[in-house]
Amino acid sequence: MSIALIVLLPLLGAVFPALMMRSGKNESAIAASSVTILALALLLTNISAIVQNSAPQASWPWMPEIDLNASFFVDGLGFLFAVLILGIGLLVTVYARFYLGPNDALGRFYAYLLLFQGAMLGVVLSNNILLMMVFWELTSLSSFLLIGFKSSSQEGRQGARMALAVTAGGGLSLLAGMLLLGQAAGSFELTEILKEGDKVRSSPQYISILVLVLIGCFTKSAQFPFHFWLPHAMAAPTPVSAYLHSATMVKAGIFLMLRLWPVLAGTQTWFYIVAGTGVITMLLAAVIALFRDDLKSILAYSTISHLGLMTMLVGFGSEMAVVACVFHVINHAIFKAALFMNAGIVDHETGTRDISRLGGLASIMPLTAITAALAAASMAGVPPMNGFLSKEMMLEEVTHAPAFGVGWLLPGLVMIASVFSVAYSLRFFFFTYLGPVRNDYPAKPHDPSRGLWLPPACLVLIAILIGLFPEDWAGSITRMASDAALQAKSPKFHLSLWHGWTPALMMSIFAFSVGIATVSLYVPIRAFWNKTLLPNAKELYDHSLNTCVRLAQISTEWSFNGSLQRLLFVFVATASTLGLVVFAQSSYERGDRELLPINTFMFVGWFLVVVACFVVAWKHTNRLVALLTVNIVGLVSSLAFVYLSAPDLALTQIAVEVVTLILMLLALHFLPKEAISEAASWRQYRDIGLSVAVGASVGFLSWAMMTHDAQSISSYYIQHSKPLGGGANVVNVILVDFRGFDTFGEITVIGIAAMAIYAMLDGMLTGPLSVTLLKWTSGIRFSPNRHPIMMVVVTRVMLPLAILVACYVFLRGHNLPGGGFIAALIVSIALIMQYMASGFAWADERVHFDYHALIGGGGLIAAITGIGSMVLGLPFLTSGFKYVAVPFIGKVELASASAFDLGVFLTVVGGVMLALANFSNLGRMTGEGKR
Amino acid sequence: MEFLVATAVATMTAAGIYLLLRAQTFSIVLGLTMLTYAVNFFIFASGRLTVNQPDIVVDPSGTYADPLPQALVLTAIVISFGMTALMLVMSVRSYFESGSDLAELFGPEEIVSKDRQ
Repeated sequence: MSIALIVLLPLLGAVFPALMMRSGKNESAIAASSVTILALALLLTNISAIVQNSAPQASWPWMPEIDLNASFFVDGLGFLFAVLILGIGLLVTVYARFYLGPNDALGRFYAYLLLFQGAMLGVVLSNNILLMMVFWELTSLSSFLLIGFKSSSQEGRQGARMALAVTAGGGLSLLAGMLLLGQAAGSFELTEILKEGDKVRSSPQYISILVLVLIGCFTKSAQFPFHFWLPHAMAAPTPVSAYLHSATMVKAGIFLMLRLWPVLAGTQTWFYIVAGTGVITMLLAAVIALFRDDLKSILAYSTISHLGLMTMLVGFGSEMAVVACVFHVINHAIFKAALFMNAGIVDHETGTRDISRLGGLASIMPLTAITAALAAASMAGVPPMNGFLSKEMMLEEVTHAPAFGVGWLLPGLVMIASVFSVAYSLRFFFFTYLGPVRNDYPAKPHDPSRGLWLPPACLVLIAILIGLFPEDWAGSITRMASDAALQAKSPKFHLSLWHGWTPALMMSIFAFSVGIATVSLYVPIRAFWNKTLLPNAKELYDHSLNTCVRLAQISTEWSFNGSLQRLLFVFVATASTLGLVVFAQSSYERGDRELLPINTFMFVGWFLVVVACFVVAWKHTNRLVALLTVNIVGLVSSLAFVYLSAPDLALTQIAVEVVTLILMLLALHFLPKEAISEAASWRQYRDIGLSVAVGASVGFLSWAMMTHDAQSISSYYIQHSKPLGGGANVVNVILVDFRGFDTFGEITVIGIAAMAIYAMLDGMLTGPLSVTLLKWTSGIRFSPNRHPIMMVVVTRVMLPLAILVACYVFLRGHNLPGGGFIAALIVSIALIMQYMASGFAWADERVHFDYHALIGGGGLIAAITGIGSMVLGLPFLTSGFKYVAVPFIGKVELASASAFDLGVFLTVVGGVMLALANFSNLGRMTGEGKR
Repeated sequence: MEFLVATAVATMTAAGIYLLLRAQTFSIVLGLTMLTYAVNFFIFASGRLTVNQPDIVVDPSGTYADPLPQALVLTAIVISFGMTALMLVMSVRSYFESGSDLAELFGPEEIVSKDRQ
């Protein structure tokens, strides 16, 4: 439980700082940090269990059908990352309180930050890989909000969009990879998957899994060629950069590669893809970082370079390399967060981050300068800082990793990268803090308030402590996390500053001396760099994005140029082509199911339908004829339902047919009676061609389907209808009981449709259109005897009878054909008959209830029935039934499903009548009832 | 029997799609109605055709028509009624708003020009 709570706390707690903002900035910051502290405390309670190597778990089924469970676990690796996320998150919270200006919505900022924090914790603590995907995408979304926090700046919006497109796009690929991985491993629980390494590596899908998962990791961790989003994400406020790009967002990819290391690593493919990408990224970004002028941009490329370093280490596949990677994750998070905060302070104090406008700050801001010097030394890998230790370990590993059989290839590339890494670190410090004091800083700089310099100072202190006493300060956590990443005891190692005169130390010394030389010769090197033209990844991205947008635009404008005909043609043609592709690949020959004999009755019906179809298509311009012919098809359908053992369908179909006919006639009253006939054109032939093709395909499909035997799940319903649902009419029991939730949705749709109809017609009656309506005449000569007395009398007599029949049909519905739908339609027809026979005005005067209330009441009754069962502790819409003896009538069944059916009945009556009554109002406006 | 149903579904589909592709609202509504018949019957037929075995269960071990497609089609009939009604009202409203019952912004020239005359 406590593990799930660690994740949920920041997610739920995100509202507090936003609410507390009304009390003030400090209160908001306190709210945000207390949530983080609480989560951190909860996390630390698990430490003894983790040390004893029993990863605490917590699990609830969420959607067990798709193997998605809300299951969490925390082992050494998850613990390490969670500590980094929460620890640095806490410092960033404090820092942001003092960093953000009076115009920034601090409450909103904290809300986003906590959301992001929760999502990140979810990624590192999920046990279910599908759940992890949910959190993974949540980090993309919440980082989008954070990066675009300054929504008024175009850079911010663009950077946020780019980060979202790249990382969420990679997330999709990762999702596919995870699904394949789960299938290959036979489980979606990480703890299970981690045991199935051999099974996954030998599965035929291994390469696909690897590539898809790695695309996800590489996009998130900004590996080449997906690295370009990270520098643009620097448009975010600095606290965000300090958080996202040191310990969290970009480390998610590294985390996942470490997490899946026992499953995916160890093959040649893994080595070449992962280590290769890592070393390229490391080198490329280190070079670019040297030539950036924006402090944050330098740090951004340096981050990419260090991420490349970690990726490379994961890629080696040796256990010691994993240890080095874990150790560097810790060290990089610490010094990089400190450096970002430092760059923020410089920006805050001087008003610029442009390194060419800076210099000489050391004497003005001594405290800031000291932290910067130490953190930059750590980034460069200078002893005794923590960065030196993990860099040594990395160099040591590189010397053992031959690529393409060439021993010096990787060490050589890494050496060059290290030279640049030293050079940009030195430049970051020298060009900002050393040199002569300038008098043209945009603002008057001085050391900032404690709130701003304490967080980075804390980090630098930890960096020094780890550097000096590595075993005491980082030994056990590195060991713990490495054990978890390897899923085995990690090889024996001892973290210390001095390892003797190893090749790694030689490489360090070399890199350092060449790095210093590079910085001292910076001006000519920079001039040379400026002359070389390298392709800009952002331009490529923009170009490809624009191409996509243009293609989308072209295809949209081609398929939808304002003509519904064209749109529908494209739609139908595309859908049927896609269908045909599948259809052509499968067998559609006649199956061996025994066919039913043809009798004369059905043949006549078939003949009528086919003729009617042709008549409708041919004579559709004469609308009245077309309408009546369409109804023939409907009537024959309902007869066919009777014959084919579907009495409920037949009843519904015939009732709906009557109501639809009346409605269509009413509508036709207002529409032109004759359509404009089209001259025979190529368009018509084209449409005929398409409809014949689709019709024929559907015919073949039905034929193939009906001639094959089928396995149906319906036997369950047939067997349990009586014992569970208390009704013999299975169709009705399915509607009101087994699949009651569907029916509930359906009556909601009917209600909404009726309201939309009401809104549209009422708008006509009261809006500007009413003038047009008043002047409008149908141009039809009506019979002088509009309300024939016979019709009036008969319908009035029929009304109570019809209602009685409806009651009967309603009550017997659970056991015999009938039910709420059919009863509702019968009542509606009886009521409509009054409108037709006695006139709209007469009928309207006698309606004393509101059709809206019927719709709402019906929905309410259905909902209460459903919620009632929840009150009794059963799932929504569970039904119960009981037989009660009633005097004179006998044993009557009382089922909660009947109450639900009553809701259906009321909603359908209300919906149908609301539509018709409003049409009648339209009729009265245009002349009906006017003398 | 199955042959008759398959061909009837085919003809209804073809007529429905042809009407759906006309330019005026009422034809489109009629086309939609035809297509509804076809689709409903198709879904119904997916439970295979049976005669004289309605789903009134007396003995659970007996053979009955497949009730599930029937329940699906029953809701489909009612929903499609709601949608037809909505479409009709939309076409009436748009006819009064625009003075024409074309469902086109720029339809086939021959119809648009005739309508404007």
